[in-house]
This record gives sequence, C-alpha cells and structure tokens, in this order.
Amino acid sequence: MNKPSHASTERIRKTLAKRYRTEKRFRLYGVMAILFGVLCVATLFVDIIGKGHGAFRQTYIQLSVDYGSDTLGISDINDAQQLALANFSGVVKQSLRTRFNDVSGRSEKRQLYRLVSNSAEYQLADRLKADHNLLNQSEKVWVLADDDVDTYFKSLNSADGAFVGRTNDKQQEWIQSLIEAGQIELRFNTQFFTSGDSREPEQAGIGGAIVGSLFTLFITLALSFPIGVAAAVYLEEFAPKNRLTDFIEVNINNLAAVPSIIFGLLGLAIFINFFHVPRSVPLIGGLVLAVMTLPTIIISSRAAIKAVPPSIREAGIGIGASPMQVVLHHVLPLALPGMLTGTIIGMAQALGETAPLLMIGMVAFIVDVPGGITDPATVLPVQIFLWADSPERAFVEKTSAAIMVLLAFLITMNTAAVVLRKRLERRW
Amino acid sequence: MQTSNLIISLLVMSAVAFLLGYQRSLGFARDLGGVRNLHSLPSYYGMRVALWCGLPSALLLFSCLAFEETIISNMLLAGIPDEIRPNSVAEYNLLMNKIENLASGALSVEDVKPALIDASAALVYLRDMSQRLVTGLALLVAGGGGLWSWWRMSAQLRARQQVEKVLKGFLLFCASLAIFTTLGILLSVVFESVRFFQQVPITEFFFGLDWSPQTAIRADQVGGSGSFGAVPLFLGTLLISFIAMTVAVPAGLMSAIYLAEYAGSKVRSLAKPTLEILAGVPTVVYGYFAALTVAPFIRDTGTSMGLSVTSESALAAGLVMGIMIIPFISSLADDVINAVPQTMRDGSLALGATHSETIKQVIIPAALPGIVGGILLAVSRAIGETMIVVMAAGLAANLTINPLDTVTTVTVQIVTLLVGDQEFDSAKTLSAFALGLMLFLVTLGLNFIALRVVKKYREQYE
Repeated sequence: MNKPSHASTERIRKTLAKRYRTEKRFRLYGVMAILFGVLCVATLFVDIIGKGHGAFRQTYIQLSVDYGSDTLGISDINDAQQLALANFSGVVKQSLRTRFNDVSGRSEKRQLYRLVSNSAEYQLADRLKADHNLLNQSEKVWVLADDDVDTYFKSLNSADGAFVGRTNDKQQEWIQSLIEAGQIELRFNTQFFTSGDSREPEQAGIGGAIVGSLFTLFITLALSFPIGVAAAVYLEEFAPKNRLTDFIEVNINNLAAVPSIIFGLLGLAIFINFFHVPRSVPLIGGLVLAVMTLPTIIISSRAAIKAVPPSIREAGIGIGASPMQVVLHHVLPLALPGMLTGTIIGMAQALGETAPLLMIGMVAFIVDVPGGITDPATVLPVQIFLWADSPERAFVEKTSAAIMVLLAFLITMNTAAVVLRKRLERRW
Repeated sequence: MQTSNLIISLLVMSAVAFLLGYQRSLGFARDLGGVRNLHSLPSYYGMRVALWCGLPSALLLFSCLAFEETIISNMLLAGIPDEIRPNSVAEYNLLMNKIENLASGALSVEDVKPALIDASAALVYLRDMSQRLVTGLALLVAGGGGLWSWWRMSAQLRARQQVEKVLKGFLLFCASLAIFTTLGILLSVVFESVRFFQQVPITEFFFGLDWSPQTAIRADQVGGSGSFGAVPLFLGTLLISFIAMTVAVPAGLMSAIYLAEYAGSKVRSLAKPTLEILAGVPTVVYGYFAALTVAPFIRDTGTSMGLSVTSESALAAGLVMGIMIIPFISSLADDVINAVPQTMRDGSLALGATHSETIKQVIIPAALPGIVGGILLAVSRAIGETMIVVMAAGLAANLTINPLDTVTTVTVQIVTLLVGDQEFDSAKTLSAFALGLMLFLVTLGLNFIALRVVKKYREQYE
C-alpha cells in the first residue's frame, strides 16, 4: 500500500526543484513587468523635465540705448502717429553698434543685429510711450536675446559642450564679451506664461493656449456635466427595462471606446458644415470635447448613483415624496462627490485631448490671447503639437516646458479627484 | 436684439414668471386656508409657469439659430444672377466669402460686380430682418406661454406631475443624446463616404496597393490623378498596432498578475498609481516623446548595428504606443483576475500546486474571456490612436512589414487630409471620411465584441 505512494512522492520530490525554479522565474517576470512600467514613467518624466526646465529662464542682454530724436525720427513727442512710426529698430541697432564699435561691413553688422530679439524695438517703443521724458535721454535696458543666442548661452556650461547651432564664431565672441561685462544673464521667463504663440521662439508663450484651454474646458464642463448627470439619473432611476434603454446603454458603452479622432469628424461634418458653428474657436472645441467626455461622465455618475443605498430611496418614498423628489433631494446630493470625481477625470481627459481639435481648425497659428469663446484660439496640447513640429532648436525646450505645465495641470486635477473621493466618500 | 441679450431677457422673463406663478398659488392657498389645501407645493406652480414661459421660446430660438444661416444663404443664392452662379462647392464658398467680406466692409466696393454688392446689401438686410423676427417671435412665445399658463392656474392643478413630466422628458432627452451622437457620427462619415465612392471605385479603395491622395491642380502635373488604394494604410496600422501589442500585452498582463497575486499591499499601493500615471499622460506627450527621444535613439542604435533605420520608423511609434497601452491592459486584467473566486485559488493550492502553476493553470484559464476582451479593447485603442502616429510615424504609404521602415496609418492620413484647406468636392478630402468610416466600423466591431465577452464573463462569476 505504501509503495506506490512512496514512488509518487519520490517523483514529485524530483520535480520539485524545477517547479520552484519556474515559480521564481514567473515571479521575476512579474517584477520585471512592473519595473518596466515604472522605468517608462521615470524615463518619460526625466526626459521631459531635462529638456524643458531651461525654458523657464530666458536670456536677456543689457543694452544702453539712446532715444535720440534724430534716430527715431520724432520731432513732436505728443504726436501719436510719429511715435507709432518711429524707427526704434534703428535705436536698437545703434546701441549694438556703439557697444561693439569694431564691427564693420554689411554682413557682420547683420550678424550683430541678430543677437537681440526683434521684440526689443517694441519694448523700447512701449517704454517711450509710457514715459515721454525719455526722449533724447539714454538708459540701460535689458532686452530679450535672440533664440539662437539663448540656446547657445544656456548650453555653455553643459557637459556635452556648447550647442553652437546657427551662431557663428563672431557672434560667440561677442557673447563672450557680453558675459565678461556682465551684460548677459538668465532671468525668470514670465513672458512664457503670459504671451501667445510667436514665430520667434524667444517671444513664444503658452498664455494664449492656457486661456484657450480654459475657455474650451468651460464650454465642455457647462455642457457635459448637466447632460451627463441627467442621463445617468434617467438610466439609473427612471429608465424602464426595455429595448430603448438597452440601446442607449450599448451606445454609451461603445461611444466611450470610439477613437477620439472620430469625434473630430463629427464636429467637422455636423457642427461646422451643417450648423455653421465657426471654426477655430473654443465654442466648437468645447462642443466636440463635451460629446467626447459625455460617456465617461455618464458611466462614473451612474456608479455614484448606484452606490447610494436603496434604503434612502425607500425612506423618502415611505414618507410621501415623489420619485423625482427623492432623486433631487436625496440621491443627487449624496451621489454628488462621486459624480464630481468622475467629472474632474473627464475634464482632465478633455484637457489633454488633441486629435479631434486638429480637425476643427484649432491648429491655427494664433498670436493673440483669446478674449472669449468665439475668438480664434488654440489649446495647450495643440500648442505642444505645433511647437513639436517647429524646426528651431529653441522650440524643443519650449515644447517640453509646455508639456510640464500641461502635466502639472493634469496631475493637480487627478489629485483633486482622489482627494475629493477620499474626503467625501461615505461608507454605508 | 443680440442673441446673448435675448437669452438673458428670456431668463429674466422665466424668473418673473416663476415669481408670478408662486404668488398666485399662495393667493389660492390663502382662500382655501393654507398651502396644504393646494394640490402641489407653491414652487411647483411657479416652475410650471416658468417652464411654459422659457421652454417653448428657448426651443424656438435654438432651432432658428441652427437653421438661420442655411436659410439666409439659400435665399441669397436664389437672388444671384445666373452668370455668377457657383457651379461647385469651392466656387460657392468663394462667393459666400466675398459677399460676407463686402457686408462686413473688409472688401472694398470698388472692384467687384454690382450683383455682389446687391447680394451683400441683401445679406445685411436679411440678417437684420431675421434677427428682428426671431427676437419678436421668441419674446411673443415666452410672454404668451407664461401668461396663458398663469391664467389657467387653479388650486386643483396637478402642477407637480406636469413639472416632473417635463423634467423626466429632459432626462430622457439627455440619455438619448448618446444615440444621437452615434447617429451623427454615422451620418457625418457615411454621407461623405458615399460621395467618395461615387468618385473612386470601392474595389480600388479596399484592394488598391497605392495610396497618394494628392490630386493635382493642373492635369499635366506628375501624379495628377491621385490614387486611393488603402491597403498600405491598413497594413501600416496593423503593423504599428502589432508592435504596440507585443509590448503592452506581456508587460500589462504580467504586471496585473504580479499586482493581483504576489504583491503585498505596500507594493501594490505604490506600483498601481505609478502605472496609472502612464494612462493619464496625454497622447500628444507620448507623440513628442516618440518623435524626439525614442525615434532618434532607435535610429542611432540601429545605425551602430549596421541596420538602416528611418527616423520615422514604425518601431518607435509602436513601442511608445505599447507603453501607453500597458496601464489599460493591466487595469482591465487586474479587474478580471480579482473577480476569479478565491475558492478556485484555494482549491488549486490545496492540491499542492505552486503559486505560478495555480495562476497559469487555474486563474488565467478562468479569467481568459475577460483578458481577451480587455486585449480587444486595447487593440481598438491602438488602431484609433492618433497623436503618437501623427508625430512619430511618417506620411509615406509604404507597403511593408519591416518595423524599421516608415509606414503610415489610417489616422495619420485622416489628420493630414483634414488639417488645413478642405474641399468637400474633391476625392482627396472625402477620402478622409471613407477612412473615418472604416475606422469607426472596425473599432465599433471590436468594442462591441469585447464588451459582450467581458459582460458574459462577469455574469459567470456573479
């Protein structure tokens, strides 16, 4: 009796080592998979932060400018026409020539002028407009450096050597002389957060895109939250069990998994071509994103409504409330935290979405910060897409910085959702 | 009156109507000796009047706004003399733009045909008229509806039921928007696709091996005709999706298994949110990462190994797409693995199986339908993913399965064809809608099957 059992124990013991090895290996695969995922997250963040942190500081050059009325061509400072047409670029050029007085020859001069951004003249114009007494005076002004200078200056101390880019030996010499004189420095880049897009990387900012994103999200929220909650209430509380209800549910579940680009086609064909909603404005962007996030909000709102125990409803009905009153007075307030959590996650999804917006004209190059929902605008992810396509080296930095801002928004929203859920979640 | 002002005045009117209805019901209550003798609470009477005031007028306003432009442009077109009547959509758009610019003063009157000036004057007139008409009608309906319902009030009126009925109707309408959305998507892609297939034979689209949608402006240009064989796009989409799945399925599945079966609560509470960060990163960020970091890395590695790798290789786009899909698969698989009853694990372990044997021979087979469903959903995600491929994959429609080569996908082509100028009478623009239709149908099919499989599986263990 003992013999066969002994034999099989023997057999099992022989294979045991191998089985344990397999067990260990399998476990290792799991650890490796997790580590791979974590590594991807780390690489992504390190890569983007490494590329983008420089954009928060911008290179400025100190010029001593002379607002000579001859150079400017202004005879009467109070004449707005003259002030508008004044030759401020001449002033900038003159001050550069005075600073580097050994420069001669046409092409060398042109290279010299390229050290500073062309926004310098507008900066000077603004200063003179604000203070008319500056005419025929001279002062020291920090002006934006050109993006090539900026890239070169920032990379001077990097480990893999300076990135020369389009700067030539002469320009590098000048920059060196500016460094020695303390007339070039990095400053915090406020313009990056306030100004709109620009063809010149040193002047480009995400201000316009952020405002566009806010307007777009506002439309999305205003449409998708009430509609989503209403749809969820209907499906959870009032819908009879019939074909129509089933069909609605199938549609919602499928829409949640439809590629986002399809919603762009919908926006283009229905909203723009049929209803004549203007293109490139936050209104149409918000409409499309609202349609896109609706399934997410409906699904999470339904889960929140489902979590409210039936005893609440029964008590309400028991003391004579109508079903609608029970829902409005009791179920909705109790389910609200869960619904808000779902809505924030839906909004985060809408904030990061790009593909459908490309189709409805939100890729336009827009310099102005939009002032309303019917002003042409772009949004943050689309701005990232546009900059990523730009050939200038300085835009790499800007793009990464814009991504950092976008990720910061998304992380804040998702954290808010988690905190909200933890704070307001009620255990029944 | 401007639309925004009109909306505000309608809101104000509704608020006033609410107050009037509320007051009147209180008046009834006084006569009857208390609110309890009314059929409904006073606020319901107020709401009923407000609804009668606001709802019909708002519906009228929005339907007018939706069709105003179409009607006006049709009326304009009817008044335009034959010699400048547009023959195509492009000409029509040009003409309308001209009239629009004339009307707004952006185009000077000097060098245009007098018929156009007349048309622009007519446009201004029609717009003005329609605005007045809409304002008048909306205010009339609002006032009339409010007054009528106020007049018809009585203490026995079933105000609550009526208000609740309207509310319920609104809820149903919101829920059925999902159906309208699906319908809208279908209509928007089907109509343009039908027009596309009138110009390009359906067999060429499905079996043609050459994709070059650039239709030439002049007949004698090179590649003038444009060809619309979509096989290279389908193949490119499949190739990139396949690469993505070879990354995402093992990594996602193994991490789900580890998290569900091995990891302690500490590791789980750290690793799970970290993986979920990957799901929250916008696709445009992945696209940037793929185009600027991964693609050059793969190209340089490949070149140093003596391979010729293009800088827009399918491998880079596929790899990054795979990374994006890892959390998608891992969270779906985590759910289904956790749904497998504990008794099955206990039974297997009690028989002497090791943990991994239990997983491989009991849990995975039991969870297989759910896992397959999750993978199908992930495939549909990969096929429809746009930004990564737009930024990291190329535009050249090569018929190849070499992952180091450049391929293009359906979504890339849709974006390329529809960004910028669109001419809704050329096969080039319309082909994007045909591709959109294909994409919609394929992903719809995949989602439908996947959701059914997952649902069936859930029911099995409930």
